[in-house]
Amino acid sequence: MTHQPIRFYQTGTFTVGNRLLAQEQRSVQAQAGRTNSLNSGHRACQGCGEALGARYAIDAAMDATNRQLVAANATGCLEVFSTPYPETSWQIPWIHSLFGNAAAVATGIAAAMRVKGRENVRVVAQGGDGGTTDIGFGCLSGMFERNDDVLYICYDNEAYMNTGVQRSSATPPAARTNTTMPVGSSTGARFGQGKNLPRIAMAHEIPYVATATVAELRDLEAKVRRAMEFRGARYIHILVPCPLGWGHGSAETIRMARLAKETGIFPVFEAEHGEVTNVSKIRRPLPVEEYLRPQTRFAHLFKPPGHPEIIARLQQLADRNIRRYGLLDTEAAS
Amino acid sequence: MLKQVEGSAAVAEAVALCRPEVICAYPISPQTHIVEGLGKLVSAGRLAPCEFINVESEFAAMSVAIGASAAGARAYTATASQGLLFMAEAVFNAAGLGLPIVMTVANRALGAPINIWNDHTDALSQRDCGWIQLFAEDNQEALDLHIQAFRLAEELSLPVMVCMDGFILTHAYERVDLPTQEQVDAYLPPYEPRQVLDPADPVSIGAMVGPEAFMEVRYLAHAKQRQALELIPAWADEFKRVFGRESGGLAHTYRLEDAETVVVALGSVLGTIKDTVDELRDQGVRIGVLGITCFRPWPTAAVRAALANAKRVVVLEKSLAVGLGGIVSNNVSASYPGSPDDVHTVVAGLGGRAITRASLRRVFTEAIEGRLEHVTFLDLDHKLVERVLAREREQRRSGPIAEGILKDLGVVAAKIG
Amino acid sequence: MFQVRIHGRGGQGVVTAAEVLSVAAFREGRHAQAFPSFGSERTGAPVVAFCRIDTRPIRLREPILAPDALIIQDPTLLHQVDVFGGLVPAGYILINTTRSFEELGLEEFMAKFPPDRLCTVPATELALKHVRRPLPNAALLGGFAAISGQISLEAVSAAIREKFPDKVAEANVAAADEAYAYVRREMEETQRAQAG
Repeated sequence: MTHQPIRFYQTGTFTVGNRLLAQEQRSVQAQAGRTNSLNSGHRACQGCGEALGARYAIDAAMDATNRQLVAANATGCLEVFSTPYPETSWQIPWIHSLFGNAAAVATGIAAAMRVKGRENVRVVAQGGDGGTTDIGFGCLSGMFERNDDVLYICYDNEAYMNTGVQRSSATPPAARTNTTMPVGSSTGARFGQGKNLPRIAMAHEIPYVATATVAELRDLEAKVRRAMEFRGARYIHILVPCPLGWGHGSAETIRMARLAKETGIFPVFEAEHGEVTNVSKIRRPLPVEEYLRPQTRFAHLFKPPGHPEIIARLQQLADRNIRRYGLLDTEAAS
Repeated sequence: MLKQVEGSAAVAEAVALCRPEVICAYPISPQTHIVEGLGKLVSAGRLAPCEFINVESEFAAMSVAIGASAAGARAYTATASQGLLFMAEAVFNAAGLGLPIVMTVANRALGAPINIWNDHTDALSQRDCGWIQLFAEDNQEALDLHIQAFRLAEELSLPVMVCMDGFILTHAYERVDLPTQEQVDAYLPPYEPRQVLDPADPVSIGAMVGPEAFMEVRYLAHAKQRQALELIPAWADEFKRVFGRESGGLAHTYRLEDAETVVVALGSVLGTIKDTVDELRDQGVRIGVLGITCFRPWPTAAVRAALANAKRVVVLEKSLAVGLGGIVSNNVSASYPGSPDDVHTVVAGLGGRAITRASLRRVFTEAIEGRLEHVTFLDLDHKLVERVLAREREQRRSGPIAEGILKDLGVVAAKIG
Repeated sequence: MFQVRIHGRGGQGVVTAAEVLSVAAFREGRHAQAFPSFGSERTGAPVVAFCRIDTRPIRLREPILAPDALIIQDPTLLHQVDVFGGLVPAGYILINTTRSFEELGLEEFMAKFPPDRLCTVPATELALKHVRRPLPNAALLGGFAAISGQISLEAVSAAIREKFPDKVAEANVAAADEAYAYVRREMEETQRAQAG
């Protein structure tokens, strides 16, 4: 593992002040020479988790590749808010083709670079959860199985936010979206549906798979750096809360992401060649209720008379993640 | 060098001579022999450097080509029929982005009912996608058009589709003159992209354009295609200079002098039409042929000039605008100086139905004698159709149409052609 | 123009036979066009392939409806498919079989054609002997060269060598040679019978 998390609990947060760290341990974002790959002035909403994740991920990738980076972008919020022509926030060579083909476009770019003997130029593909787990899934799986030299980054905000919050196959059970409205006997998105893309990526036995959240941005940077140490297909799945779609305050984005991890709802781990190699431990697991309650997409679970049985089922899913990935920090607990 | 080879092999050799750097391969009949041939050439090291990528779908094939082309590589793929439709979104996208990809379409019918045989409905369904569409009459022209296509695509920064009749050309062994590498290199300079994804000079390609500029972007696409109408004949001339033979261009005419009746068609059926016209000419019938090589952009002026003295036009097309009649004939009508009533649509050869001299002679004679309806279907089995219609009148659950027709028809294995 | 139609079953090299014939004609400086009946047929299904040979470029794309010669690779097709459909008067017929026309139930039909243009050849047996696989196509082309005189055995052999890898090619050339000799013998016998 390349990134040693530094515990700094006494501040009451899990974040680390860069100024307390040695120069080489500081984040890419703390460097004066950071690339601002996704520059300011774009049109993302306040508190957009995706903009934050993309900025950190792509700057870290630029740093890891000596600025020899090309990006292919799926249709979605990130594409729309970053490039209202003639303006563009991208300081890197960037292409948007279609909703469902970012992985294949990236394959083509990587092939072009290889054929031209420019293998130092690395390729990133990026998309939201709809562009990744639904409409772009075929191209993504093809890129994985061919082990094309592409890092695919999914910014997962758990629904189609660009089109106004509709369910995707990454939408969690019980969540309200505009196509899973909790009306009548419905309690939002159904249980037993959806797909777990990090595990599907692992099933392709590609060199590197990781999950991350925007709550732990140094961890995210470290994973991007780690991903760039491999050749072949790599996948990073980043949980990026969406204030609009999740219905939380725009200042709550980081907290939501942290709660997703600390409850076990969103397991944070790394895997190499199909096997989990590292997990981000949870120091003190929090009940899922703490994660659910601030989000209006789950508000129907708390309205009288309430749905404790649904909350219990979500807790079971979190508990299963904790068991499955060994998320409990036994060292910290003892 | 003269060679007796399969059409697909000839095209594979021609494409290889054009030094594509990225080839996306996905199998679909009747195109598959082309990418197989190219795969062999890459494996054998005869085509290098080249990345040959076995993709998971036609949508991915075009998408990989988009990425490769945008990153400055010469990109090629081939498809047909359902494959072309499966990649349709990316086909439009490649044109919209102005990426000079070259693609072979081995023309084949579109289902349902599923049918692997030749007609032109696949390519013509994409007529408004923004690609230049060229149609080959024989395998020599198919080979030559691919070389011209790369030149054309890269000069205009537009993708080019080379259409050749599935099976009839792709699987036919005939004599072709394969050019040398030196000839192709002399005709086709290395690809110099207008836009490229390069860390040394970052650009954003493919972002959103709103109502304030979208019309202008689309107009430029149109203007570029109209520009191609001047460049295509010029490059065909240059092709003749380098390779010593005529190939390509906008349209070919045949025995048009004093012709009162002009038959218009695309692709390999022109050969059978010319043989039929020769027979009719021998009998003193004043009939000629206009073969459309370049369907998009539509060569308005060339068609108008060729039809200027025609009393009647018979458009024989392997396509059908369901609910209207002809696709090609609709384009021809718009360019015919005379009355649209004198432009006859003959839908022929759908799904591989053989187009014979006998049938052509009959339909041309009917046109000349003023007995041809405005829209007709060559060799349509009217009795068969009537039986289905009768069945549908008689019973609500009349069943799947295709199954019913085949049951009425009986065993087809005993039929030849 | 000389038009040949080849009937057989999927897996018997019917399409290859038409292609090899076209290559042979090309090697003799003529124009040739070979094409299959374009089916999505699987092994064993009836297959038709066509070959046109001419001194001028061939433009015609219709299937061969009135063949000058028929090569029938599989006699089990005789009573299933209208293999003789459209055959020109005085057309050539070459059938791969060890049996006689009489045994095949074709005696009456064959009486309509000139006897020196009809022949059977045990091409499968010859293929098994030389190629060790039941692929009668090369042998039949040898036989076709003998009966029709439309193509030389040398051109057929050269075309086989162009189309197949070395070892396979030589075995097929041997099969074609023997079939050629066999058909020549048969024809001489026929001529003697006619003369006598």
